[in-house]
Amino acid sequence: MSGKIPVTVLTGYLGAGKTTLLNRILSEPHGKKYAVIVNEFGEIGIDNDLVVGADEEVFEMNNGCICCTVRGDLIRIIDGLMKRKGTFDAIIVETTGLADPAPVAQTFFMDQDVGERARLDAVVTVADAKHLTERLKDAPEAKNQIAFADVIILNKTDLVTAAELDAVEAMIRTLNPTAKLHRTTKCALPIADVLDRNAFDLDRILEIEPDFLEEGHHHHHADDIRAMSFEIRGDVDPDKFMPWIQELTQVQGPDILRCKGILAFRNEPKRFVFQGVHMILDGDLQRDWRSDEARVSRAVFIGRNLDRDAIRKGFFATAA
Amino acid sequence: MNVTAPASLTQHVAAIEAGEHVIAAAWLGQVPALALSDGAVMVGAQGDQSRVEVHGSGGLLAAVAAGGHLFTGGCDGRVCSIDAHGQMKELARDAKGGWIDAIAATPAGAVAFSVGKRVTARDEKGGLKQCEAPSTAQGLAFTPKGYRLVIAHYNGATLWFPNTSTPTQLLAWKGAHLDATVSPDGRFVVTSMQENALHGWRLPAKPTDEVAHMRMSGYPAKTRSFSWSHDGNWLATSGAEAVIIWPFQGDGPMGKAPRECGVRRAKVTQVAFHPGAYVIAAGYEDGCILLLRLTDGSELLARPAVKGSGITALCWNKPGKSLLFGCADGQAGLLTLPA
Repeated sequence: MSGKIPVTVLTGYLGAGKTTLLNRILSEPHGKKYAVIVNEFGEIGIDNDLVVGADEEVFEMNNGCICCTVRGDLIRIIDGLMKRKGTFDAIIVETTGLADPAPVAQTFFMDQDVGERARLDAVVTVADAKHLTERLKDAPEAKNQIAFADVIILNKTDLVTAAELDAVEAMIRTLNPTAKLHRTTKCALPIADVLDRNAFDLDRILEIEPDFLEEGHHHHHADDIRAMSFEIRGDVDPDKFMPWIQELTQVQGPDILRCKGILAFRNEPKRFVFQGVHMILDGDLQRDWRSDEARVSRAVFIGRNLDRDAIRKGFFATAA
Repeated sequence: MNVTAPASLTQHVAAIEAGEHVIAAAWLGQVPALALSDGAVMVGAQGDQSRVEVHGSGGLLAAVAAGGHLFTGGCDGRVCSIDAHGQMKELARDAKGGWIDAIAATPAGAVAFSVGKRVTARDEKGGLKQCEAPSTAQGLAFTPKGYRLVIAHYNGATLWFPNTSTPTQLLAWKGAHLDATVSPDGRFVVTSMQENALHGWRLPAKPTDEVAHMRMSGYPAKTRSFSWSHDGNWLATSGAEAVIIWPFQGDGPMGKAPRECGVRRAKVTQVAFHPGAYVIAAGYEDGCILLLRLTDGSELLARPAVKGSGITALCWNKPGKSLLFGCADGQAGLLTLPA
């Protein structure tokens, strides 16, 4: 992982405050230099010769997998930027308000050249506290962006009451229980809360209460995005888990927006950390379990039309 | 003097300090030139070099040599030419200052470049023509005869005659096409693809003939460098842990196995066929350069592996006596073959 350039993907529905955040990141004196890939030139008020315009061209990979899409323009731009390695510390990719974050994230796993040189640090989604509730009803893109996020910036909190703010946060949590959430006005927050998060070090999964999503079995529409989280108090058997997760993501990949987990593998002193985007899975043994840590295995799935009971059963069957 | 060829040619290499990632190597007549990622072009051999600042701090993205000139495109949206004396001329400029993604040139001095979907062709007299590709133009190549351009893009390649009103012709093939090349006889168009494969089209000799497709797959990585043999019979390609050479005699490579030369535990990043012999210069990701003879697979070492110094550019001079190379870490060199 070391030596790879961290990439932050900035999403958010139209008008949520992405450009405000971007201008803030670029103008604050943090001593770092960012290459910025934007979809609309001219919105950024900062003179920076590492600002690049993108076309948001989505390529279907010709491998028979319908959800394997990548951003062709990103591959080309990152290839160009990597020849100037040393002139910047990190890359920020801004997407349009209507963009699906999946092809952007998948680019870092699907394209070998990009994956060797850059790593997805976090998907950061800016949400408008006043309008998000409405957008979640009428804009599937807004829902996708929330479900996909590693970091959510709930912005424009000064425009709503405390009760409204709690309600919108609760709604976000049903879609995405694992993202780090910050309440802001004018996207004012320490830059360190947004950049170089290593959000794919997924410790937050262990902090959230697995049953928290159980409460209030309210009605779900068939196409609703929902999040589910499961815990095995103990080890799982990798020989059972790997085939299960691979089949699950192959069969239900188009409906699984994100999945992530931290697992204790039998006879393995290191934590196994995995994450996925649709059909793509990426897993690694990371640091040792600490002596003061309970060996538990947690997995989170966020997606559409997911059969909670079947996934729960499947996961529990992998227990060692 | 020993009459047998030496196993190593490393003592015949003179180092050149380029100082920046080398985008392209070229010969401007008898003068070596290196296009660098920081926006400059280095003209001349070690000890007699001049650094020409071409594209400013944004950097240089694409470069191609033809007819004694090096044509460059940069992050500043400008397209320039540099001659053997280091004289720089701005040929065109993108109105919006977008990145120049691809560039191609003819020996007569015509140049074509792309910014996103916009493709601009500038003939040798300076006349500009534009067309729009169906999606971002990833790669450009001129056909050897006539003023005709191949544009590689998503789901195919487009053929365009900039100076006629003939409509563009689409060569369709699903997938993302990256770089384009045309065989020296003009019969074959080949593109590299995002899916670690090449696709080829045999162009019809008569308008009534059908276009024939050629799929060349099995690469572990993308092909980003290809080179035709002097007679057009072979196409050498990068992207595998060997140079893969496809036969293009007769109807093309379909149903025929490609040759493999220079098998090593490192991927080939650059290939350059000798201008007069069946010898291929192969540059690897680990910095090694081998000269490979196609007829018997024999190998000569031109540069040993150097950590972090993957080969990014290779170019033979016209007589085929000297090979110029450049690397990712700013090293470069000039191999002069012993007489």
